[in-house]
Amino acid sequence: MATDISTDSNFDTDNLPRARGHWRNVWRRFRKRKLAFASLIVITFIYMLGIFAPVIQTHDYHETDLYRTQQGPSAENWLGTDRAGRDLYTRVVWGIQTTVIITISTFITGSLFLGVTVGLVAGYFRGWIDAVIMRVGEVVSAFPDILLIILLAATLKPRIVQIAHDIEDNTGISGLVSSGIVDYLVIGIALLPLSWFGMMRLVRGQVLALREAEYVEAARAMGTTTPRILFRHILPNVVSPIIVSVSFGIGSIALAEVVLSFFGLGVQPPRPSLGVMIGEVTARGNTSVSVLRDHPEQLLAPIIVVWMLIFCWNIVGDALNDVLNPRAR
Amino acid sequence: MLAYILRRLLWAPVLLSMAAFFVFMMGTCAPGDPAELRLGNRATEDNIERERERLGLNDPFPLRYIQYVGNVLKGDFGDSYHYQGRPVLEIIAPRLWVSVQLNIAALLVAITIGLPLGFYAAKRQGTARDPSIVITMLILYAMPVFFTAPLLILFFAVQLHWVPAAGWDGFFSTQTILPALTIGIPGAAIFVRHMRASTLEVIGQEYVRTAQAKGMPNMVVNYRHIARNALLPILTIMGFTLAGMFGGSLIVELIYGIPGAGRLSLDAIFQRDFPVLTAFVLLGAGMLVLANLVIDIAYTIVDPRIRLQ
Repeated sequence: MATDISTDSNFDTDNLPRARGHWRNVWRRFRKRKLAFASLIVITFIYMLGIFAPVIQTHDYHETDLYRTQQGPSAENWLGTDRAGRDLYTRVVWGIQTTVIITISTFITGSLFLGVTVGLVAGYFRGWIDAVIMRVGEVVSAFPDILLIILLAATLKPRIVQIAHDIEDNTGISGLVSSGIVDYLVIGIALLPLSWFGMMRLVRGQVLALREAEYVEAARAMGTTTPRILFRHILPNVVSPIIVSVSFGIGSIALAEVVLSFFGLGVQPPRPSLGVMIGEVTARGNTSVSVLRDHPEQLLAPIIVVWMLIFCWNIVGDALNDVLNPRAR
Repeated sequence: MLAYILRRLLWAPVLLSMAAFFVFMMGTCAPGDPAELRLGNRATEDNIERERERLGLNDPFPLRYIQYVGNVLKGDFGDSYHYQGRPVLEIIAPRLWVSVQLNIAALLVAITIGLPLGFYAAKRQGTARDPSIVITMLILYAMPVFFTAPLLILFFAVQLHWVPAAGWDGFFSTQTILPALTIGIPGAAIFVRHMRASTLEVIGQEYVRTAQAKGMPNMVVNYRHIARNALLPILTIMGFTLAGMFGGSLIVELIYGIPGAGRLSLDAIFQRDFPVLTAFVLLGAGMLVLANLVIDIAYTIVDPRIRLQ
C-alpha cells in the first residue's frame, strides 16, 4: 500500500533523516574508506606543495652553491643539495608544480575536452563518424605508448620552439621560450594520445547504451536539439565513469611526464622536474652508477613523491569506482 | 568465426600501413636533413644534393611512401640513415630478440608471483591477509622503475655482489635476473589484482558450491573448478602486458645497459634514423595486432561458450 507517508499520522516526518543529494551520498561513502580518504589528503598535500612552491621555497631553484655540493640534509638545506649545490627541497617542490601543471592541463585538454566530446559524438551518431574515430584510435593505440610519446616530443619540440622564437621576434613578446610554456605545450601534445583514446572509448560505450534509453527518446521526441541532448541529458549520466577514469589516469600521466623529462625531452633545465632530478642521479641510464652509489639518498625525495602520487591516485580511483558504480562490484 | 578472423586479418595491414604513414609523416616533419646527417662534417652543398637524390628524398612524399610500402611487402625495410647504409632488419633483428627474451623472463616472474598470490588472496578473503596482499602489491605496482632498478642494483649488485650490475649475456645468465625482476614485479601486481578479482567471481558460482557439496577434495575444487576458470580473463591481460612491456622495458634497458629494441628505438629517435624507427613501429604494432587476434582465438578454445562474430 503506497500511502503518502506525510499524511500517515503514525509517521513523524521531522525525525526522518533528511534526503541527501547524490554527490553528498557519494562523498559520505567515500569518506568511510579510511585508506582512500587518507590518500586523498596526501594527494591534496602534495599538490598544495606544488601550487605554493614560490611561497614555501627556501632557496631559488637554480641557485647553485659550489661550496656545498652533494650535502646531506641540514637546517640550511632540508633535503640536502645536489651535485651543483642546489637545494633539493626547493627543487622537489618546484618539480611537483611542473607535474601539477602538466597533469591538470593535459587532463582538461586531452581527456575531458577531446576525449569526452569525441566519445559523445561517436557514440551518439554512430555510423561512419564512429567508424572513423574508432579506427584512428586503433591506429594510435597500436603504438607502444611510451615510444609514441617520445617520438612526438622529439619531433615536435624543435618545431614548436622555432614557432615560439618566431612569435617572439615578430611580436616583441619576450620570454616565451624561457618561461617554460613551450615545454609544457610540447609535453601536453605528446601526452595527448595517452589521454584521449581511453576516455573516448569509455564515453562512447556508455553513450551507445544511453542513447537508446527512454528519457533520451522522450527528449528527442520533444524536439530537443542534439547538443542539448548530448550535454544536458546524456553527459550527466556518464560523469561517474569519467571521474573514475580520470582518477586512474592522472597517475599514469604524471608518470609519463616524469619519463619524458627523464629522457631530457620534457621540461628543460634549469626548470626543475621530478624526472630531470631522477635522471641526474641515475645518470640518464648511463651504466655508471657512481652518483647512485655514493649518493642514493638524492633519489629518495623525487621518487617518493612520484611513488606516492601514483599509489594514492590508484587507491582513490579504486574507492571511487566502488562508490560511484556500486553495481560494478 | 572464420569470417571474424579473416576480417581481422584483412584489417591488420590497413592499420599497419596507417601507422607507418604516421611515422613516415613525422619523419618529414622532423627537423634535420637525413642526407646532411649521414654525410656529417664533410658535407658540401653538392654532396648533400647528390645524397638526397640517391636516398630518394627529393621525390614527392606520397611516392616515397608507396615505394616504401612496396619494399616492406618484399621484406625490405630500407637502409638505416645512421649505421651507414646497413639494412634496417639486420640492425633490428638481434636487438628485438634481446628484448623478447627479457620480456619473456619478466613475464615468467610476473606470472609465477602474481597468479598464485592473487588466487591465495581471494581464497583468504575476509582475513587480514587479503587486504595486506592487495595493498602490498599496489605499493609495488606504483613504484616507478627508476626506483626499483637502482634499488635492486644497489642491493644485489653493489652491496651483495651476487649479480652483475648491468649488461646482457643471453637469457640464461645472472645478468637477466635484475632487469627481469624490475619489469616483472609491477607486472605481478597487475596479475594479482586481476587473478584475485576473477577468482572471487568464480568462487561465488554455483558449480563450485556443488562440487564442494558433493565432497570433492579441496585440491580438485581449487584447481579444476576455480583456478582454471579464473584464468580465462587473465589471458587478455597477459596479451596486453606482453605487448605493453616493450614500452616498459625501454627505461629498464637504459638503466641496465641492455642492448635491446627499446634502447635502439630511443637512439633512433634522437639520431632521426627514421627507417629504423618506422620499421620498429611497424613490427611493434604488428605484434600488438597479432597478440590481440591470438587472444581472441585463445578465448574460444578455452571457453567454448564464446563465439566470435
